Amino acid sequence: MAESHAIHHHPALKHHFDNMEQQLEAGTIGMWVFLLTEIMFFGGLFLAYVIYRAVYPEGFAVASNTLDVRLGGFNTVVLILSSLTMAMAVYSAQTGNKKRLLLFLFLTLILGCVFLGVKVFEYRSKFEHHLFPAVGWYDWSHEPTHNPALASQARVFLWLYFAMTGLHALHMVVGAGMLVFLMFFAWRDKYSPEYHAPVELGGLYWHFVDIVWIFLFPLLYLLGFHLGKH
Amino acid sequence: MSEHIVSARIYLVIFASLMVLTALTVFAASFDLEHIWGPLNAIVALTIAVIKATLVVLYFMHVRYSSRLTQVIIVAGIFWFIILIAFTMADYMTRSGWPGAGA
Repeated sequence: MAESHAIHHHPALKHHFDNMEQQLEAGTIGMWVFLLTEIMFFGGLFLAYVIYRAVYPEGFAVASNTLDVRLGGFNTVVLILSSLTMAMAVYSAQTGNKKRLLLFLFLTLILGCVFLGVKVFEYRSKFEHHLFPAVGWYDWSHEPTHNPALASQARVFLWLYFAMTGLHALHMVVGAGMLVFLMFFAWRDKYSPEYHAPVELGGLYWHFVDIVWIFLFPLLYLLGFHLGKH
Repeated sequence: MSEHIVSARIYLVIFASLMVLTALTVFAASFDLEHIWGPLNAIVALTIAVIKATLVVLYFMHVRYSSRLTQVIIVAGIFWFIILIAFTMADYMTRSGWPGAGA
């Protein structure tokens, strides 16, 4: 009895699942439960942002204006484009196109690296302008034209900026490693229209990181944008 | 129940919508809506961000075609996140020292 069942099974089907659909469904739910813990992980920082923004609206708007909206906007476009290429990678896996799967995974990896490159550039400029809120912080509260209260408020904003974008960038680095892993096994013909759960679940992770940035961009970069226009 | 394959055309339409919404949020942020009503700039920016995130979740992440169980789990998770923000702010904003509080 066991043999007559076993011969029809896909080699990637684990014995505790009835069929491939059930296995993918279980994997998808598991991935989503992980992503929900990630929402709560980032959620603490978002909560801190909401509270301090309400307490220090002026300092937050001033500090937000030290960020470059063009670079943030460029990175937003890059990341959404990388979500498109990741979605196309999943599509290529589902339709069994190995060449395209490898191409789209590679494009996603390149776009992720472009994002991180821009981030490094932005961080370096913050260090150069002494806006990193720890080592090398330039205490401009002593400048006669500046309000000392505003400077310490701005410092809270910059701390949150580095914490939130830093945690996000760390997720991007993990995602890049995941893409290399997927490319290796795609190249080894491990994925087929019947079995490509790692590509599918890796896609969920990549899109989640994109969603975090979709919220970070307006909250961090656009907050004081209208003030710079005066 | 076999896996639902979302077409490349739908992915492109969603991508184009996300690009339009990104341009829209930058455009909206260049206006001083705070003169009309204090939190209006933030409300507009967050509304656009929620629409963008919903598009990504429903189509790029295939949740529109996922099982009911998966959908319920996601909604429950987002609900807990809303509790985190809403209950904490309800506490802070009703304290006497809170900026803008009447007392």
